[in-house]
Amino acid sequence: MGKRMSASRRGRSPGRTGSLLGATALTVGLLAGCGSDAGLKINVYYAPEDNFQSVVDDCTKASGGRYEVVYNKLPRPADGQREQMVRRLAAGDDSLDVLGLDVTWVSEFAEAGWADEWTGEAKAEATAGVLPGPLETATWNGKLYAATKNTNVQLLWYDDRLTPNPPKTWDEMIQQAQALKAQGKPANVVFTGAQYEGLVVIYNTLVESAGGKILSDDGKSVVMDAGAIKALEMLKKVTTAGITDPSLTNSKEDEVRQAFQRGNAAFELNWPFVYASYAKEKKDELKHFKWTTYPRFEAGKPAKTTIGGYNLAVSSTSKHKAEAYEVALCLRNEKNQKFSALKDGVPPTLESLYTDTVPLDATAGVSDDNPSMDTKYPMRETILDALKDAAVRPLTPAYQNASTVLSKILSPPSEIDPQKTAEKLKEQLADALQSKGVIP
Amino acid sequence: MTVQETAGSATESKPGKKAKPVLSEGKKAERRLGLWLCAPAAFVMIAVTGYPIVYSIWLSLQRYDLRFPAQQEFVGLDNYVSVLTNGYWWTAFGTTMGLTVVSVVIEFVLGMILALIMHRTLVGRGLVRTVALIPYGIVTVVAAFSWYYAWTPDTGYLANLFFPDSAPLTEYGSSLAIIVLAEVWKTTPFMALLLMAGLALVPEDLLKAAAMDGATAWQRFTKVMLPVMKPAILVALLFRTLDAFRIFDNIFVLTNGAQDTSSVSMQTYNNLVKGLNLGIGSTMAVLIFITVAIIAFLFIKVFGTAAPGSDNGGKR
Repeated sequence: MGKRMSASRRGRSPGRTGSLLGATALTVGLLAGCGSDAGLKINVYYAPEDNFQSVVDDCTKASGGRYEVVYNKLPRPADGQREQMVRRLAAGDDSLDVLGLDVTWVSEFAEAGWADEWTGEAKAEATAGVLPGPLETATWNGKLYAATKNTNVQLLWYDDRLTPNPPKTWDEMIQQAQALKAQGKPANVVFTGAQYEGLVVIYNTLVESAGGKILSDDGKSVVMDAGAIKALEMLKKVTTAGITDPSLTNSKEDEVRQAFQRGNAAFELNWPFVYASYAKEKKDELKHFKWTTYPRFEAGKPAKTTIGGYNLAVSSTSKHKAEAYEVALCLRNEKNQKFSALKDGVPPTLESLYTDTVPLDATAGVSDDNPSMDTKYPMRETILDALKDAAVRPLTPAYQNASTVLSKILSPPSEIDPQKTAEKLKEQLADALQSKGVIP
Repeated sequence: MTVQETAGSATESKPGKKAKPVLSEGKKAERRLGLWLCAPAAFVMIAVTGYPIVYSIWLSLQRYDLRFPAQQEFVGLDNYVSVLTNGYWWTAFGTTMGLTVVSVVIEFVLGMILALIMHRTLVGRGLVRTVALIPYGIVTVVAAFSWYYAWTPDTGYLANLFFPDSAPLTEYGSSLAIIVLAEVWKTTPFMALLLMAGLALVPEDLLKAAAMDGATAWQRFTKVMLPVMKPAILVALLFRTLDAFRIFDNIFVLTNGAQDTSSVSMQTYNNLVKGLNLGIGSTMAVLIFITVAIIAFLFIKVFGTAAPGSDNGGKR
C-alpha cells in the first residue's frame, strides 16, 4: 500500500516524495523485522493435531539450537488446509518450509511445482521401513515428493452382543443388518455418505475390492471398468436395502461415529479414531466394541481398503531447504511417529512400530497414562493387514476436481443407476482431468 | 404521484448542453487544482476496482489452471462456451434466481409489515427497532451454523419437531426452503430498515387528507403510501436482489452445495479456489458480474430506481 501511494505521487514535490519513500522503507523494514528477530525459524504448516506441538518442540531441540521449528496450525477441514497452502504457494510465499499434505494432494503439489523432489540421503531415510501403500501416496511419476507421516485405514466396527460373527462380505453385512432389523434391534450400516471426500473413499474401496479401476495408473485417462460398475451396484444396493439412516447423505466421519455410539447402528465403517472416543465415552461397554477388516466384495478376495493419512513435503518456495528436509524427517522419525500414534491416535507408516511393545515412557510400566502399541492399538494387527493390501485413491494432479465430480455424481447413493452413472462419470472425469469442464 | 412530480420539477432545472459558459483564468486554475486533488482518489478507485475486473476478464479468456502452469494459453471464448453449455452452471443459475426471487418477495412483504409496526410503535420505539435488527447484526456464518444444527436430526430441535424421521438438509426441496428461511430471517430487518426510511417520507397531512376523503386503510396504503415510498421501495428491492443473487455463506454452511443447491457464487468458488482453475472460475465471475449489471440496469432504467442520495426521486 505504501508503495502504491508513493508511486501515485511521483513527479511532484521531491521533498514529500522523499519522505514518503523513507516512511515506506521504514515500514517495510519493520514488517520484515517481525518475522526473524531471533535466529532461524522453520515454518511447518500442518493440520491440527492435539500433541503435535510436542513433536515440533522435540525437533527444535534436536537441531541443537540451529533453528526453531514453528507449528502453523491449518484449519480443521481438509479443504481449508489445502486452500490455505495453495493460496500461499501460488502467491510465492517464501515463509513456508514444511507442508503437511493429505495423501491425495502430493501429485497435485508436485505437478504444480510447489513441492520439491526428495533425493539422495533424505530419500533413503524417508523411505526406509515404510509400508508400501503409504509410500505410494508420497510418490508421483516414480519420484518421491514427500515423507510419509502417518497413515490411516478404515475398519468394520461392530458390537459383538448384536453380531457375534461379523460379516465377511458386503452381501453378508446387508443380510445380517436386515435380519437384525426384522428383530427390531439396532440394524443400520453407517458410513460416510455425505457428498464429500468420505463418499469417494467408500466408493474407491469398493472399486478396488471388486478388482476395478477408476483412473489409469498414470492418472491421465478414465477407466471406469466392470469393477467400477459393480461397485456402483453395491453402493446402490446397500443404500436401498432399508438399513441406512435418512441422515446418511449428511454423514461425515464424526456423525457416523456418533450414530454408532448412540446405539442406532449395527455396523460402522470408519477410521480407527472411533476406538479412542468409544473408550472415553462408553468405557464400560468397550469390551463389546469390536473390529474386523473391511467387508469383502467377493468371499475369496480380500478387501482393498482406501488409505488416508498425511505426508510431509518441502516447499519449493522455502529459503532453507536443507533444514526443511531435516525437520520433515525429524517430525516423522520412528520416535515421533510412535509418540503421535500413542498420543493422537494416528497410525504410523513404519511397519516396525506395529510390533513394538515398549510403552511411551520406556522407563515406567504400562498403564493408562503410559500406553504402548499393545494397549492403545488392540486392533493394530487388523490395521497392518489392511495396510499391507491397501488401495490408494487415484493419483492425479487433478484429484480435487475428480473427487468433486465423483462425490457429486455418487450423491445420493440410493439414486445411482449403475450404467447411466458410469457413463456420466466417464464423461465428466475426463473433462476434470483436462481441467476443462466445470466442476459442480 | 402528483406530489412527487411537482417536487421533482421544482428542484431541477436542466443545465443546458449547448452554451458552455466561458471560464476566467482563475476559475480554470481552480478547476485544474480540483482535478488534481481528486486524482489520487480516482487512481485508488481504478486500482482497487477497475484492475481486478479487467484482470478477471483477461483470465477468463485463457486456459489457466494453477496445477498445470505449463499449459497456460489464450483460448478466446472457449471458457464461456464450456460454462454456458454446462448443466451444472445452469442448475446453479436457476437455483440462484429462484432463491433470489422467492426470498426477496418474502422479505419485502415481511419487511413492510415490520416497517409499519416499527413506524407506528408508540411505546419503546427504540427497543422495538433494536430487537428487530438483531438478526441482521449476527454474522451470517454464525447464524447459518445455528440453523444447520437446528435442522440436523438428533442435535436439532427444529428437525426433531418437524421432520422426526428424516434429515431435511439432505433433500432438495426442504434444503432450499431452509436456505430461504435463513436468508429471510437474516435480511428482513435490513429491508425493514430501508422501508422505514421510506415511510418517513410519507407526509402525515396527506394521509389525513385521504382519510378525510373517505379512503380506507388499505386504500391509504396502496394509493398514498406506496406511491410516495416508491423510490425507497425500489432501492430496497435493488439492494436485496443484488445481495441475494450473490448468496454464498448460508449455502456453504447449510448444504455445501449438495443436492443441486449450489449457487453461482458457490460454483465459482469451487472452480476458482478449490479447483484452482483460474480460467473457468474467472469466466463464472465475469458472468455473475454481467448478470448483476443487467439486474441493476433493469431496476434503474425500467423501474426507475434512483441511487440513494440523489434528489431525482422518480424516473429519469
